[in-house]
Amino acid sequence: MNTGKSHTMYPSTSGTSVVGLVYDGGVMLAADSLGSYGSLARFRDVKRLFKVTDKAALACSGDIADYQFIREVIEQKVRDDVCGGYTRELNAGALHCWLTRVLYNRRSRFDPLWLECVVAGYKDDEPFLGYVDKIGTAFEAKEVATGFGLHFAVPMIREAREKKQNLSCDEARKLLTECLKVLYYRDCRAHFKYQLADITPEGVTIHDDLNLKKETNWEVANYISGYE
Amino acid sequence: MASAAVAGHSNMKSSHLASLTPQWMNSEVLTGTSIMAVEFDGGVVVGADSRTSMGTYVSNRVTDKLTRVTDRIYCCRSGSAADTQAIADIVSSHMEILEVKLGEPPLVQVAANTFKEICYNYRDMLMAGIIVAGWDKSKGGQVYTIPLGGMMVRQPIAIGGSGSTYVWGHIDAAYQPNMNQEETVDFVRKTLTLALTRDGSSGGVVRVAVITKDGVDRRVFLHNELPEFYQG
Repeated sequence: MNTGKSHTMYPSTSGTSVVGLVYDGGVMLAADSLGSYGSLARFRDVKRLFKVTDKAALACSGDIADYQFIREVIEQKVRDDVCGGYTRELNAGALHCWLTRVLYNRRSRFDPLWLECVVAGYKDDEPFLGYVDKIGTAFEAKEVATGFGLHFAVPMIREAREKKQNLSCDEARKLLTECLKVLYYRDCRAHFKYQLADITPEGVTIHDDLNLKKETNWEVANYISGYE
Repeated sequence: MASAAVAGHSNMKSSHLASLTPQWMNSEVLTGTSIMAVEFDGGVVVGADSRTSMGTYVSNRVTDKLTRVTDRIYCCRSGSAADTQAIADIVSSHMEILEVKLGEPPLVQVAANTFKEICYNYRDMLMAGIIVAGWDKSKGGQVYTIPLGGMMVRQPIAIGGSGSTYVWGHIDAAYQPNMNQEETVDFVRKTLTLALTRDGSSGGVVRVAVITKDGVDRRVFLHNELPEFYQG
């Protein structure tokens, strides 16, 4: 079905990695606040993470316009549920499943939403963390990340879990911040301002305008001189 | 800007398998960069960021892009890391021999000219944007810029690299001639900070070297100590 109108097949303003992990008592998600326009760090306070309901939060990397589009659709969905007198609030598992269908169908029409999403929250009293991307790949895991996060953050989280299976809230937060710090060192498209979401059985808390610049360690620069 | 240049260079590597490997494995190591040099009365200040990127991967976050050519002549390198290191090594070796022949340190203009000879005659094979700066007793502090095609021109202030695009307006508005040494260092530090916070291919620490008749004073401004500007 080609109506002659289609979205472009490449992202314009885009966001980089999202990292999420399940800990003992909840789920945590983090994403930095940068919208890159190619190599230009164009928009440095973009919110890529949002609360859907008390049981689910969503963060996306990829095209920011597509993220804003899907966010508005989901927000309307939640409003419709409320107005219709919902019996079950949209939970993370349901959101993940729905998002997979939407993204896969768009891809099958050659009109993808250029996104890699991480859904975090609770499904039937169990912590839930899932990944969906622009071609409809979807899975659940205890630690999930997109983009560079897959190469740097996921191994860091797995290593921490090898030492201690169940992480506490503070340990999880420290680990996530460490992951974002490493991503800031090694990803050209990362930024030091970020958001963090903490989902517990009590609800979703989003911490905005966090800044990791002062915690970064550049001491090694003092030991380097020349290139030999 | 850096990626368009890479695409031109790696024509041989474009096969259908290239799409299966991560983008950074097919990318040349580049110093997508912010570099600058400024003359002042008594010497020059050279500065650079410290990020070396392969695609979007930062392969070195503490690079030293301020390269010694002679004791009083330094160069700032942008473009291909391999090309600029090779050229700098060749020019440095020529200057060493010249110093023995002349019995005195070579002139900045001679070093700059040597860079230009290489960059111009091999212009189709190289990707090198170099700023040569230093002090000699005939003309004092001098800055020569040698962009991609191999031209050479002396300027009181020169900026280069991918990050420089974001600070042309800033230097047009804020540069004052006849600053003293500390004002110049401060100006370089601020300008490079502005460039590296906007350019994805630049980042890390700001390295600065002050070159005068008395020698070279190298400084590092660590990333978490850089000045804060508008963060929108």
